[in-house]
Amino acid sequence: MNQILVAEGVTKRFSPSLSLGDRIAGVLGAHVDKRAVHAVTDVSLSVTAGETLGLVGESGCGKSTLGRMLAGIMPPTEGRVLVSGTAPMRGRHKATTRIQTVFQDPFASLNPRMRIGDSIAEGPVTHGLTSRADAPRMVADWLARVGLDPAFAARFPHQFSGGQRQRVAIARALAMQPDVLVCDEPVASLDVSIQAQILNLFLDLRRDLGLTCLFISHDLSVVRHVSDRVAIMYLGRIVEAGSAAKVYASPRHPYTQGLLDSVPKLRLSIDDVADFKPIAGELPSPLSPPSGCAFHPRCPKATALCRAERPALTAREDGTLVACHHA
Amino acid sequence: MRAFWREYRENWIAVVALAVVVVIVLAALLAPWITPQNPYDLASLDLMDARKPPGFVGSEGYVHWLGTDAQGRDLLSAIIHGLRISLQMGIAAGLFAMTIGATLGILSAHAGGWVEAAIMRVVDLQLSFPAILLALVLVAVLGQGKSQLVIALVAAQYAYFARTAYGAATAERQKDYVEAAHATPLPGWRIVLRHILPNCLPPLIVVGTVQVANAIALEATLSFLGLGLPPTEPSLGMLIANGFQYMMSGRTWISVYPGIALIVLIVAINIVGDQIRDQFNPRLRR
Repeated sequence: MNQILVAEGVTKRFSPSLSLGDRIAGVLGAHVDKRAVHAVTDVSLSVTAGETLGLVGESGCGKSTLGRMLAGIMPPTEGRVLVSGTAPMRGRHKATTRIQTVFQDPFASLNPRMRIGDSIAEGPVTHGLTSRADAPRMVADWLARVGLDPAFAARFPHQFSGGQRQRVAIARALAMQPDVLVCDEPVASLDVSIQAQILNLFLDLRRDLGLTCLFISHDLSVVRHVSDRVAIMYLGRIVEAGSAAKVYASPRHPYTQGLLDSVPKLRLSIDDVADFKPIAGELPSPLSPPSGCAFHPRCPKATALCRAERPALTAREDGTLVACHHA
Repeated sequence: MRAFWREYRENWIAVVALAVVVVIVLAALLAPWITPQNPYDLASLDLMDARKPPGFVGSEGYVHWLGTDAQGRDLLSAIIHGLRISLQMGIAAGLFAMTIGATLGILSAHAGGWVEAAIMRVVDLQLSFPAILLALVLVAVLGQGKSQLVIALVAAQYAYFARTAYGAATAERQKDYVEAAHATPLPGWRIVLRHILPNCLPPLIVVGTVQVANAIALEATLSFLGLGLPPTEPSLGMLIANGFQYMMSGRTWISVYPGIALIVLIVAINIVGDQIRDQFNPRLRR
């Protein structure tokens, strides 16, 4: 198995950077809040060549932070990341082109004062992947691949719709010929009809180019559509991971079950009761996570054991990894 | 650009101001050809014509529409040449101050840490006391002359550009497209020059316009105080100062007409600058 993207015990803590005043106050004995936010705690995962791993979780569960560490945008506090066998960052700066990112908001991720052709060509030309003379042909090629008119290269981002801009952002990432593509909520800010188009574009590109992909989303149905494997995150940790088919068919962790149950379903017959069971409560603050299993305050199966002891992520007989005392 | 002009056109005051600026700039550019007299050529001055009121026909046989000053200079010619010098000083100082200030501001926003702290605290310090004070001291130290004056004006004004550029760059730096550039990765200088700088230009252009007017006013003030350009090449401030001693004797035109020219120029540039600012500010859009 050729593991292209590997994370080993990756942790991210955001410590508040204390102002000079706070520091003086702390020295003088005043109470200063120095608690760190545990955005991501001890996550290990790997993505093999040609595979798409879906990373799912509620807003604020740390999935974007994890994605940014994997993509080499942000260094982990602990643990390490390997992209094609090497660390993606040197110090605070990204040092590899082997992993590229598609960002959530295509209205913000393209330079508004740069023609999209220049945006796409800039990275490959800078890194010598394409000569300056070849750049226009390369740009036209990628625009056609993502379903845009090659003549659009001379236009500015504001002349495009959200879906078109996201296609440009995808072309920009792929033009760097990465081994892995990190897609951080790439369809979350698009209309539903456009979402389907972009997802189908992903599927086509994956088939044609053999893309390896980490697909981050809060939307279970979107992830089911594109993923081979899924990992479910809750409050900075992975609580369940396995093949998409198994996890969606028979979720084991109560949180995964709750997530799947909370997806609104259509009433197919008049006898069906509208099936819509949201998970009770809210995501706890990562400043002060609950004791034991972080999900216990919202879990229907919680016992004294869950409050006292955090369950480890262990493999079950079908290969699925689950972190729960009762599943 | 066309849309920008269409919106600009809706404000007729701004259109008039722009026309005034254009006329003044053209007159200043063409000064040697459109003025009846070269006010810097002492040989062409006739003391017999000194301090004559507007409309007087001088010994050369043409009408002094705005009168003459104490040396017998035709005031209209002197004003147009004075505008030329004032604009030269203002634009040169504005451009240099913009280049230096924008470089410092964007660099400190990009570098962060102690570089940012050092540069921006100096800028804050300078913004906290009047620009004229620094300019006065510098001119006194450097002496008279055009380049000395420009240096003094730049030193007094770069801080405004640095502040503006720093604010704009700090805002841009946090946007996704800059993160995307870091995530490619692109070299730092490229991110600054091709991504952050172009997106910081609109506020800098606005401040630049207004600061040109401020530089002109500052230069006029220095010249009025006798610290600006040498009297052989009178700028507007010098003309006003020269006429000042005759105010009480009723020969008000020697000071008043250069003063009016100065006010019209500065007000017109400011109106143009305000209009550009309003158009760049989406929150003020109707």
